[in-house]
Amino acid sequence: MLKFLTILKVGMKAIARNKMRSTLTALGIIIGVACVIAMIAVGGGAQAAVQAQINSLGSNFLMIFPGVATQSGARIFTGQSTITEDDVAAVKSECPSVAYVSPSVRSAGQIVGGTGNWGTSVQGVGVEWPFVRSWNVEKGAFFGDSEVRSGAKVAILGSTVANALFPDGNAVDQMIRIKNIPFKVVGVLETKGGSTMGQDQDDTIIAPYTTVMKLLKRTVKIDMFMASAVSRDAVGEAQTEIEALLRQRHRIQPGQDSDFMIRSQQEIAQTADQTSRQMSALLAAIASISLLVGGIGIMNIMLVSVTERTREIGIRMAIGAKGRDILTQFLIEALALSIAGGAIGIALGVGTSRFLAWKQRWPIVLSPTAILLAFGFSAAIGIFFGFYPAQKASRLDPIEALRYE
Amino acid sequence: MAAGAPIPVIRIEDLTRVYQMGEVEVRALDGISLSITPGEFVAVMGPSGSGKSTFMNIVGCLDRPTAGRYFLDGVDVSSLNRDERAEIRNGKIGFVFQSFNLLARTSALENVELPLIYSSNGHSSRERVEKALRCLDAVGLAGREGHLPSQLSGGQQQRVAIARALINEPKLMLADEPTGNLDTKTSEEVMAVFQKLNEEGKTVVLITHEQDIAEFARRVVVFRDGKVVEDRPVTNQRRASFAASEAGHA
Repeated sequence: MLKFLTILKVGMKAIARNKMRSTLTALGIIIGVACVIAMIAVGGGAQAAVQAQINSLGSNFLMIFPGVATQSGARIFTGQSTITEDDVAAVKSECPSVAYVSPSVRSAGQIVGGTGNWGTSVQGVGVEWPFVRSWNVEKGAFFGDSEVRSGAKVAILGSTVANALFPDGNAVDQMIRIKNIPFKVVGVLETKGGSTMGQDQDDTIIAPYTTVMKLLKRTVKIDMFMASAVSRDAVGEAQTEIEALLRQRHRIQPGQDSDFMIRSQQEIAQTADQTSRQMSALLAAIASISLLVGGIGIMNIMLVSVTERTREIGIRMAIGAKGRDILTQFLIEALALSIAGGAIGIALGVGTSRFLAWKQRWPIVLSPTAILLAFGFSAAIGIFFGFYPAQKASRLDPIEALRYE
Repeated sequence: MAAGAPIPVIRIEDLTRVYQMGEVEVRALDGISLSITPGEFVAVMGPSGSGKSTFMNIVGCLDRPTAGRYFLDGVDVSSLNRDERAEIRNGKIGFVFQSFNLLARTSALENVELPLIYSSNGHSSRERVEKALRCLDAVGLAGREGHLPSQLSGGQQQRVAIARALINEPKLMLADEPTGNLDTKTSEEVMAVFQKLNEEGKTVVLITHEQDIAEFARRVVVFRDGKVVEDRPVTNQRRASFAASEAGHA
């Protein structure tokens, strides 16, 4: 043990004596590890960002659009929405995998109130909308069944609208005018941020769909409806159930195309997620190659070093170093270089990731697993690529080695 | 071995070493027998190709004989394996080479304590430093422990090498042309150190091809064509002047 510690010290001294050579050797590992960590951080960040956007919509979220009836290959525009409020109610009561539903009617208009004037979209929705979208009211309260039944002139503001019209923050209980019709603000939504498409989701006003249909849009048909499945795993089932129910209700014959479309958030999400996953796998693969090249660099320099230090090895053997002492020393040198390189690489990789997050505003995720893995891998590379040169050194013949010029 | 008689440091019986050079067999040592008792100072001489280097490699346990027996300090070492020979080299033999063979960019102190690192009985780093300082003092280099080989003269480097050879208190000092790279004055300096060590009881075997260096020893063995052709005591041993030695590191 004492001998091992001493040989450890000998190895460290050998590294310290050849600073230039040691730095160059470690550089390959430093760059490799730093690359792996930075790339995994960036890739993981991109993935997390996509995931966050998906979650902001609710991952068990379904949208049912009225569609065009396709008959015998010809698309026929009926010009009328094929989805009714009764359809929505039926889905809610008859599909066991569906948790919440909300009709949706979209309108837009100029809003006047508070400090100014703001043009935005107005969404008419049902009482279950906060659950469907997993989007809660931050101040005030959401409207209830009675407001929907009576078509009450109440509105919930998205945070962007609330900030624009009521910068001092007391929007609740104020009056606003939407297309010149007075509405009472009953609540403000929590901030949701941008959507997958990059739109500001908070730039909106929510009102009971009955009110929007009657007063703002002057229609009797809903545009579409949203539903949420009971769980993330039940999205597929919910989709099937809704499809079957609506086909039955709309009397669509088997083989005929549906007159509606169901879009799940998961479909969109999966595509985006897959893309970012492939991207980070690619980044990690490139980074791993640089780590491998770094390892070969270690082997290369260690081999040169064994040749260069043949005489030193001969001297050590002549005064009593055994083969395994030499092997240990060279392995320790390779291992120390790769571990030191790994440690510096981690610092550099974390630093680079932080810098990118700060300067480029890239989302990054520093995973401790990736860091540990990169570190462990660099140590393994040290042993793997250091072993051959070390073994070569340990098998030298002391007489030959002493004669080496 | 009769009681009371000292065990020879080296006892060689019918030692043969044959090298296979392609088709040709080279008999570098051809059945030599030799005995060296403790406290002797032997100069091994001979022209190049006489077998003295092969002799030195086998005596130094760097190589193994093809045939014959070699007892070092009473122990048969002719058939030991690599690791066992490494242990013998470490514990019983102190090497001094023609080209000093110090580790570059390594202080005199660290060079001297090197054999202790590979020694089977562990030494703490304080013990190592203490021993190394004592050995440097014994060769007249006290105060130079921090110097690198490049900062020392040839004679001083060779004395560092002698200190390194001394550190494990070897049974045998084996010097291979230790003055080959030195001028006459410095050679005398180095020989003075060997003479002093020999007078203190160390057994020294010196390999040289210079007659005047051999005269510092007390016995001369001459090799030719792998055989011992002459083995005589030195009647008029030359005294290496310590004045030269003192001047060397003043």
